[in-house]
Amino acid sequence: MNLDELRELAAQTQAQQSQFDHRIVVCTGTGCHTAQSEDVLKALEADVRQRGLTKTCAITGGGCRGLCAEGPLVTVEPQQILYQHVKPDDSTAILDSLETEPIERLLCDTNDPFFARQKRIVLEYNGLLDPEQIEDYIAAGGFLTLLDVLSHMQPTEVIDEVRRSGLRGRGGAGYSVGLKWSTVAKSSAASKYIICNGDEGDPGAFMDRSVMEDYPYRIIEGMLIAAYAVGANQGFIYVRAEYPLAVKRLRHAIRQAEKFGLLGHNIAGTPFSFSLDIRLGAGAFVCGEETALIASIEGKRGQPRPRPPYPAESGLWGLPTLINNVESYANIVPILREGSDWFASIGTERSKGTKVFALSGQVVHTGLIEVPMGMQLREIVFDIGGGIPDGRRFKAVQTGGPSGGCIPEEHLDISVDYESLLQLGTYIGSGGMIVMDETSCMVDVAKYFMEFCMSESCGKCVPCRVGTAQMYRILDKITRGEATLADLAQLEELCDMVKHTSLCGLGEGAPNPVQSTLRYFRDEYLAHIVEKRCPAGVCTITREAVLL
Amino acid sequence: MRTTTAVLAPAPSEDKRWRIVHTTMRRHGFGPDALIETLHSTQEAFGYLDEAGLRYVAECLHVPLSRVYGVATFYNLFTLKPQGAHACVVCLGTACYIKGAPQILAAVEQATHLHRGETTPDKQVSLMIARCLGTCGLAPAVVFDDEVAGKMTPDEAVRHIKEWMNHEPR
Repeated sequence: MNLDELRELAAQTQAQQSQFDHRIVVCTGTGCHTAQSEDVLKALEADVRQRGLTKTCAITGGGCRGLCAEGPLVTVEPQQILYQHVKPDDSTAILDSLETEPIERLLCDTNDPFFARQKRIVLEYNGLLDPEQIEDYIAAGGFLTLLDVLSHMQPTEVIDEVRRSGLRGRGGAGYSVGLKWSTVAKSSAASKYIICNGDEGDPGAFMDRSVMEDYPYRIIEGMLIAAYAVGANQGFIYVRAEYPLAVKRLRHAIRQAEKFGLLGHNIAGTPFSFSLDIRLGAGAFVCGEETALIASIEGKRGQPRPRPPYPAESGLWGLPTLINNVESYANIVPILREGSDWFASIGTERSKGTKVFALSGQVVHTGLIEVPMGMQLREIVFDIGGGIPDGRRFKAVQTGGPSGGCIPEEHLDISVDYESLLQLGTYIGSGGMIVMDETSCMVDVAKYFMEFCMSESCGKCVPCRVGTAQMYRILDKITRGEATLADLAQLEELCDMVKHTSLCGLGEGAPNPVQSTLRYFRDEYLAHIVEKRCPAGVCTITREAVLL
Repeated sequence: MRTTTAVLAPAPSEDKRWRIVHTTMRRHGFGPDALIETLHSTQEAFGYLDEAGLRYVAECLHVPLSRVYGVATFYNLFTLKPQGAHACVVCLGTACYIKGAPQILAAVEQATHLHRGETTPDKQVSLMIARCLGTCGLAPAVVFDDEVAGKMTPDEAVRHIKEWMNHEPR
């Protein structure tokens, strides 16, 4: 498919879409799907057929609108009305109201800060595209950027543009995407690979899941541009098997892109060829680490190896390999379409663009949000998130998953960017943001993450394999009220040792939740150890322990 | 008449499901890197991985049996034991954890006399945990036979499982 054919298809699809007076989009994202949105979709489809409205009113499934807690969500276009908590029975009322006033009791206020304060680049289509229709994506301008790049830009120009944008890896480490690309591009190897890391393993993070489920074409287009820039002809998307819908949609999207000649040999009549495959994870958190992920694609146990050499020099089957995270690839198209200056104008000095966060825990508006880098944490939790439910008191926000830490109340005014969070002893990480209130015990939370790291440790290096188990043992003792101050001292020593001697990020990051909670909530540790009580009332401390 | 040298190993049984496994391996050119995909396909077809299956896969892909066993036991999603007719998966992701997942798990464990990873003797119910389902917006979440249920309570989860336990085998 060349540029003219693509434009024609876009125009045709737009013309078809404009034949409808109304378009009703039912969110079929993760949250709404769980809230039985498929039943709402079926009810609306049946009603439209029954009323003979199939020519004037289109009913489609769409992606995540973000406000998962209030699902199922239904959008009515072109009026841009958003309904929440929709039940299958409401379909009659929705169709009745199309030509009159919106239904008051179902209305969701899109002027609420939850929507108004967000800036959507990665999630720019607001979930209103049908994730299984490539024509929908093309009609919205999809693949135009790719064809423009292939016909008008040299690979080095693409890399320069990405580097100038200041985009940093969205998987957690925050390394410059442009620099990574240029390292792979510089290699003279005959064969290179690119990989999309969709092994979103952090508990409490579901951003990449949503992007893969809702915008599979966006990821494919981003990967195609990356492959062209670095000179790779084969790519893999590594997805957790725990995300069956993402796998299904990505597979479907790849097949459609192949059918339209956007993947395969001589794409758009240029010499550039690229094929894309999916590889499934099998439930190993450590496979999010790039060298472990590569081992897994090669069909081996997902165990990391020392770096250097970095995958950019020696990766998949020993060849230069570019690995980027889902969200990083999803940012490529807007950067090349709008220009690097535009992208660099968003965010802070050193953290450019936006970040998608999965906001969850003890907060009113749980769901998926995208905000400019540098937004105040307070604004995210209290304006966008709507604050803490039931009048309880805010305690901390946990970011960065099992390698991250928590941010207490006194730092709520911090700017959310790579550097500021690092200074507080935590990470932006992949984007999980879990709000905790006074009902959470911070020692228990630290123990929770340590249990996670202990079970997920691959066992290759001793500090991580043995150290996480020993740290867990001490934390467990503390939560049972059986620990002494000597145990606490040993815990701190172990934290330091495991952090500095482990082979990969899993071990290096494992002590973080402990160190971070010790930094801000040491009094809670001491309450368990010295006073034999759990201030939040979470841990069960027996009478025997008190008498110890 | 076989045309590919790599298909010399005979399937463990006449079961037609081995053809699905074979197709997966063929699609990947019988290379060692097809191992994880093949194990997925085997488990999807049979519900778990047994020794005969692991040996068959090892021979077809020219991978030592030790490595096949190593991979099958490394990844959490692979199981070497047959699973129950129904599966209950309690999510223990961070959001679910702080919103009461441990209480749900404890209630379910008590009601079924199972620990995580176990199956009832009558092979009706398997109890598992998930690290994070990505349904954090509706925490705490529990999966009942592939259907994710959000905003779960201990009582409701137990009620659901009791229904399975009191019914005819599926």
